Amino acid sequence: MSTEHPLLELRDVQRTFAVSRGFLHRKQPLRAVGGVSLELRRGEVLGLVGESGCGKSTLALMALGLLQPDAGEILLDGQPMAAQPRSAIARRIQPIFQDPYSTLNPRKTVGAIVSLPLRVHRVGAPQTWRRTAQEMLERVGLPARVHDSYPNQLSGGQRQRVAIARALVMRPELVICDEPTSALDVSVQAQILNLLIELRRELNLTYLLISHNLAVVEHLATRVAVMYLGRIVEASSTGQVFGQARHPYTRALLKSILTPTPGSGVPDTQIEGAFPNPLDPPSGCSFHPRCAEALPLCSRSAPRPLMDARGMVECHLHDGTVDAAPENRGGEAAAVTK
Amino acid sequence: MALLDVRNLSVDIRLAGGELHGVRDVSFTLEKRKTLGVVGESGSGKSLTALALMNLLPHAARRAAQAIYFDGVDFCRLSEKEMQAVRGNSVAMIFQEPMTCLNPSYTIGDQLIEALRAHRDVSSTAARERAVFLLQKVGITGAAHRLRQYPHQLSGGLRQRVMIAMALMCGPRLLIADEPTTALDVTIQAEILHLLVDLKREFDMALILITHDLGVVAHVADDVAVMYGGQIVETGPVEQLFERPLHPYTEGLLACIPIPGKTRPGEPLGSIPGTVPTLIGDTAGCTFRNRCSHAQPECASDDVALVRTADGRSYRCCLTPAQRAVR
Repeated sequence: MSTEHPLLELRDVQRTFAVSRGFLHRKQPLRAVGGVSLELRRGEVLGLVGESGCGKSTLALMALGLLQPDAGEILLDGQPMAAQPRSAIARRIQPIFQDPYSTLNPRKTVGAIVSLPLRVHRVGAPQTWRRTAQEMLERVGLPARVHDSYPNQLSGGQRQRVAIARALVMRPELVICDEPTSALDVSVQAQILNLLIELRRELNLTYLLISHNLAVVEHLATRVAVMYLGRIVEASSTGQVFGQARHPYTRALLKSILTPTPGSGVPDTQIEGAFPNPLDPPSGCSFHPRCAEALPLCSRSAPRPLMDARGMVECHLHDGTVDAAPENRGGEAAAVTK
Repeated sequence: MALLDVRNLSVDIRLAGGELHGVRDVSFTLEKRKTLGVVGESGSGKSLTALALMNLLPHAARRAAQAIYFDGVDFCRLSEKEMQAVRGNSVAMIFQEPMTCLNPSYTIGDQLIEALRAHRDVSSTAARERAVFLLQKVGITGAAHRLRQYPHQLSGGLRQRVMIAMALMCGPRLLIADEPTTALDVTIQAEILHLLVDLKREFDMALILITHDLGVVAHVADDVAVMYGGQIVETGPVEQLFERPLHPYTEGLLACIPIPGKTRPGEPLGSIPGTVPTLIGDTAGCTFRNRCSHAQPECASDDVALVRTADGRSYRCCLTPAQRAVR
């Protein structure tokens, strides 16, 4: 037991895309994911949060084995993923995507959609496929009659249940949920979240939950990683992140949660400006132009990740450089470092 | 006198499968300088209500209302030409997706200036000055330079700011914002809401904020109207409505939302079983009854009347909250 590997491990994973700037212009590199190291242990729910354009979905595609990293390594149960065939990865890792309207083939019945993975991977005898699919549909709370329906006959919540059934019919170990409830109504969102919680307990699943909704992440995740412009800037247990966040960006995100509690007014996130252009990332710490606690040092050098008992954080306020070299400390920032 | 007084507004849409009763007997008032939050799920009729106020409904839709008084003028009695003079002038509207509302082939400046010159007899220099002033007000730096840019050159947050500036060009008395922050990131959402609250105060406007997000309503609105199945099922001041909801649907909605620090992580959330009902054809009885844990046989019989409480709230349910607690 002592040599148990994490279910999924990312080691300094990088991915750059070449982006066209138009006719007669040379393509420009866009660094979507720049050196991410993460561990996903069996049975945990890792919440990955960040604004649009921060590289969450690129990371998800790489974790699914659908996109190869340019550098770094992804290990599935201790084995390099690059060396494994696609079908072997697909049996263990399955995705659930945001939009249940575009991820189901409109010309296939629900039964055909859910049993397709069984057919492709030749799981069990062909005569059992229909029954297995029906059992899975029932398990996700759909009546047996939808087996012969088409996706356009179902509501948004029902479609998302079909997508979940399709992901789980192969009994994967890891499910990557990319914004699983963002396209759904509030009352339906709660139904789907409850279903995900139940299924995880029953089928012993591990989730990578990607969401911009921090309240949803807090409810489901056991650990949280915060991503900003292709880097993980803070990763820790859910209680730590929501109780004592260390990175200024995490704190700003937490302030932006609008809880249904009246009387407090619109929160001030103290975050300035818009998300930076990933084609032209800021120097030094990529968050410094928006950071309320930025020091002169932050625009010059990028912080290094600091690991300790409280988790991981990548910020000059915490990596020791500030205390080591007090001249780096800005006048107004001195008060907030403690 | 209230700034806006909507009485018995209904919208029916002719569809191949029958008549869709999208908005059913909606009445509300809005005082000057107040914010009304209209919440509901998709298909509850909240956007349709806003479009009906402005008479911007699709061709297949029919509007019926006893009256829609805005500042003493009944919108139901205005001709299309008179209504056009109101839109974008004394009542302005902003929408969820700013990219589809801005014309991609004109500069920001052209569109802002046109918004003012369509209603007022001002020189283009004066209109340009107003545009620069408002772009600065909505927090856009380098306003003069931005006027020459096209919508695709701006980020989502900036486009929504431009939309807000455009809505303010004529100094409206009422701003209707339909899901203004739904397409934006959470940090940008907080900024835009801040901006709306500040501008409302500075320019002396009333605001109707349409959203599915109870969190947004809680932080911005003075009064709330909860819509379900084309009807207003509950209204009241924001604090009281969130503190002690009177309608089972409002109660259910509030229980659905995870709140950091309040809901226990990993525990099941409250949820409303089933899905939103279809509004096509016969809609007699309470539309929420097939999802309601307190449903009684009498819920199916007649249309449920709006009950008004002594403290100025109202709800549409056969049972009083006290009766529901007992059963």
